[in-house]
Amino acid sequence: MLEIKNLHAQVEGKKILKGLDLRIQPGEVHAIMGPNGSGKSTLAQVLAGRNEYEVTEGEVLYNGHNLLDLEPEERAREGVFLAFQYPVEIPGVNSTYFLKAAFNEVRKHRGEPELDALDFLSLVKEKMKVLELPQSLLNRPVNEGFSGGEKKRNEIFQMAVLEPKLAILDETDSGLDIDALRLVAEGVNKLKRPDNSQLIITHYQRLLDYIVPDFVHVLYDGKIIKTGGKQLALDLEERGYDWLLEEYRAQTPSQQPSLAGAR
Amino acid sequence: MSTSTETIEQFVNREYQYGFVTDVESDEAPRGLSEDTVRLISHKKGEPKFLLEWRLKAYRYWLTMKEPVWPNVHYPKIDYQNIIYYSAPKQKTDGPKSLDEVDPKLIETYKKLGIPLREQERLAGVAVDAVFDSVSVATTFKGKLGEMGIVFCSFSDAVKEHPELIKKYLGSVVPYTDNYFAALNSAVYSDGSFCYIPKGVKCPMELSTYFRINAVDTGQFERTLIVAEEGSSVSYLEGCTAPRRDTNQLHAAVVEIVAMDRAEVKYSTVQNWYPGDEMGRGGIYNFVTKRGLCKGVCSKISWTQVETGSAITWKYPSVILKGDQSVGEFYSVALTTNYQQADTGTKMVHIGKNTKSTIISKGISAGRGQNSYRGQVKVMRSATGSRNFSQCDSLLLGDKCGAHTFPYLEVKNTSSTVEHEASTSKIGEDQIFYCRQRGLSTQDAINMIVNGYCKEVFRQLPMEFAVEAQKLLGVSLEGSVG
Ligand SMILES: Nc1ncnc2c1ncn2[C@@H]1O[C@H](COP(=O)(O)OP(=O)(O)OP(=O)(O)O)[C@@H](O)[C@H]1O
Ligand SMILES: [Mg+2]
Repeated sequence: MLEIKNLHAQVEGKKILKGLDLRIQPGEVHAIMGPNGSGKSTLAQVLAGRNEYEVTEGEVLYNGHNLLDLEPEERAREGVFLAFQYPVEIPGVNSTYFLKAAFNEVRKHRGEPELDALDFLSLVKEKMKVLELPQSLLNRPVNEGFSGGEKKRNEIFQMAVLEPKLAILDETDSGLDIDALRLVAEGVNKLKRPDNSQLIITHYQRLLDYIVPDFVHVLYDGKIIKTGGKQLALDLEERGYDWLLEEYRAQTPSQQPSLAGAR
Repeated sequence: MSTSTETIEQFVNREYQYGFVTDVESDEAPRGLSEDTVRLISHKKGEPKFLLEWRLKAYRYWLTMKEPVWPNVHYPKIDYQNIIYYSAPKQKTDGPKSLDEVDPKLIETYKKLGIPLREQERLAGVAVDAVFDSVSVATTFKGKLGEMGIVFCSFSDAVKEHPELIKKYLGSVVPYTDNYFAALNSAVYSDGSFCYIPKGVKCPMELSTYFRINAVDTGQFERTLIVAEEGSSVSYLEGCTAPRRDTNQLHAAVVEIVAMDRAEVKYSTVQNWYPGDEMGRGGIYNFVTKRGLCKGVCSKISWTQVETGSAITWKYPSVILKGDQSVGEFYSVALTTNYQQADTGTKMVHIGKNTKSTIISKGISAGRGQNSYRGQVKVMRSATGSRNFSQCDSLLLGDKCGAHTFPYLEVKNTSSTVEHEASTSKIGEDQIFYCRQRGLSTQDAINMIVNGYCKEVFRQLPMEFAVEAQKLLGVSLEGSVG
């Protein structure tokens, strides 16, 4: 599904990803954790194709193709979906209309006929039930005036409608209340299929109680410094990152990155 | 960041499609302006004496005036002696009686502009008066409208056929003393459209004037006069284009509308004069005075404008709400890109009781475009119980453009309410990226955002025009789901 090899990326001349490797098979759920500023969102943005983030080395294969050659919208149409850490507001553009346009782009790309307004609306109603999202949000402009939690839920709702192959969730859990967290997690779980994968960026083990990952990775200093199973998340919850970072520094004495610098 | 801002701009800077020149021989007045020029124009048109006198008064008044400096626009001084004030395509006869007598090149020109003049080729719902440089070359559906008593013809024909109406209404809403460009127009205007809707008649089709500047170094000075008698209604459209040239050209038009008791006039403009190139060279100076007089009770005048062209736009379509319970509306989208400048807005003058006005202004600035909204709402002591609502929004694309708002409110009685809302927003890279991440192209993303922003104004346009306006902004129609 996704194969990242020795990925180096920088933004405004600042090196952020420094040789990241990651392999995701169809049907797998991977969690990425790591201290603030370690490069998690950067990885998400690079995968989505944001052009401020310059890839200087390495490659990313997505279903066997070079993902980095594709424009952001082509990636999206190919099934790469990013639930943003900070979803933006788009005033004046009706949410349902926006989503219908996005949905039909994907269908066009797949050579499927576009859905008309009515059919799309019934699809939307169905998906809305799953996430218990109030209908009123969809009659409003995209994210405009949505609360922090509503924005996050709207991201997952969009994901439910678009049914991506590779979903990247960047801290979708932060800002959600307990009930919303459960709803979102259940929604994500329902979307899980043997042929699609999820990459979940989070700081909290809490989310992983609901969405059980096959692998947990720790990103630090632009690299994955540790990979484990679900237990790793529990260990981190209990012990913090320090022990891991010390282990890491011991292995790479020459570079000595300071935690403060990576904040 | 700067590279991605450029991607936005690149999508906003469409090529100007109407920049071609028609090769016709024309009959031109010598360069420059004097009483002789005024006399020459009047003579060429075979005008009655009262009109020549009026022109001369306007000219003499103009000489005493100074070009306004208050608009928030900047341009080198205009040399009024270096302009050609009259240019008409040469015609075999002294005015074509039917389309067959019109130079095929001109018909071809309008066709290229998407305005077929042959009636059978046109959509049945629109009658057109085509103005080419200083003269009207054709008016369609004249006969059919005539059966209902509607007069729709070139201004020159109106002077010949309905001098009493011209005498009565010319300058009654915009006197030549009104402002510098109105005075200039009054002295040298060469043609335009005239429209008269008799009592109780609802005009069955859209009336439209299509203005085309073709000749070099000419000024275009046209006048439009619309009179709607008691209980009548009409929807009027205006479109404009000009060739691509390196020098600036002056367009100073006057539009006057009179609405009697319960009459309704809707005036829509899609202004797409040549805006100049990406370096700011050339383009039309569009200095226009448009004003409607709601003379009768319960009359209504509504201005809708989509301003995308011109190097500089200076215009304030206004309504004088004299009749009790009369209604004035102004809906505007003004786009400035490259080095375009626009200072536009409206003036609503409430005189009658319980009069009502609505102002919706949407400015869009991109490139180095500068967009100013200037609006005045004046409520006289007599206008008890009147209401105004104004909303002025600005949208910025990129970071080298500017938006400015200058509202002037003056309320002289306590039973009236005036509301003003303003906002400024920006299409950010974040928004575009968000859309692209969902599978939309950059172009579609910008279109969607700009279109969403202009929705309230586009809704006011007649269907056909709304489509044209959206195309002009590079915007595709937003469906109404949910
Ligand atoms: N556009 C940018 N310009 C400059 N620096 C940036 C930019 N984007 C990210 N960075 C820097 O890159 C580093 C990694 O940022 P990133 O957002 O990927 O971290 P993160 O792991 O997602 O952190 P968090 O847990 O706080 O969300 C940070 O030091 C950040 O300040
Ligand atoms: Mg982050």
